[in-house]
Amino acid sequence: MKALRWIVAALLGALFSVGLALSGMTQPSKVAAFLDVSGAWDPSLALVMVGAIGVYLPLQLLIRRIRKPILADGFSIPQNKSIDGRLLGGAALFGLGWGAIGYCPAPAITSLAVGGVGSLQFVGGMLVGVGAHELWRARAARSARSSRPEGGTEGLAEQSI
Amino acid sequence: MDRMNAAALATPLAGGALIGLASAGVLLFEGRIAGISGMLAGVLSPESTAERGIPLAFVLGLVAGGLAAFMVSPGAFGPPMLRSPLALVAAGLLVGVGTRVGGGCTSGHGICGIGRLSRRSIVATITFMATGAIAALSVRLLGGGA
Repeated sequence: MKALRWIVAALLGALFSVGLALSGMTQPSKVAAFLDVSGAWDPSLALVMVGAIGVYLPLQLLIRRIRKPILADGFSIPQNKSIDGRLLGGAALFGLGWGAIGYCPAPAITSLAVGGVGSLQFVGGMLVGVGAHELWRARAARSARSSRPEGGTEGLAEQSI
Repeated sequence: MDRMNAAALATPLAGGALIGLASAGVLLFEGRIAGISGMLAGVLSPESTAERGIPLAFVLGLVAGGLAAFMVSPGAFGPPMLRSPLALVAAGLLVGVGTRVGGGCTSGHGICGIGRLSRRSIVATITFMATGAIAALSVRLLGGGA
């Protein structure tokens, strides 16, 4: 069963990356031309999002009605609704890195085998960033569990590391 | 001229549709948001244990699909906007940390989050688009390519 899940996941990843390549988003110059609204504006990324959301929105409405996903034991949809400093600060930082280079996570990984040393360096930095954050979060969760009876992770922002 | 314009509109829409379809597939089969930064976190997190294989398989699929697409159409890929290794690693760090602190990226917030009309994701997307615009403009004005 696990092998089936891996195969399906790999096929979905391949479909995703083919879509990315088709959409032009594996060309950082197109991304930069979209984000740089004051320059020679290229609206392509907006069309990519329209195409993607146009397909995803109705499908997710249907999919949410089923009792259980086809392979996994249950749905794991984030429930956090708060618009806080972490959301804004994190998104702001992400945008800076994205706009400077023209890569966000998916196109960077899609380009990994063919993008040369530049994409390797970017993905390397990205993996270090993600890994460091996950390490920090695991440590913060552990100390929250040991110091408080409720052991929740809501107070992470206040924890000093 | 008309055909060129139609093609220029069609491939981003069609590519986007495939991305949306793949993302819906992740929801349908695995019950999860197809957020690539989240997938990376799933692979790298010290807490993951049993669930590491599935996001890893997806990520490997991304790489394989990219390779296949390149073999069919190498022109679909282009170089990053900056060449300096320091800039690339630093930007990668910003993206890696920022997407996790902010809880998502262009796929997680921009497609899946907006696709389920999440106010949080809409705000996040506007935010990273805004700072993305600032960064892209800055790189252009500062000459880029360094």
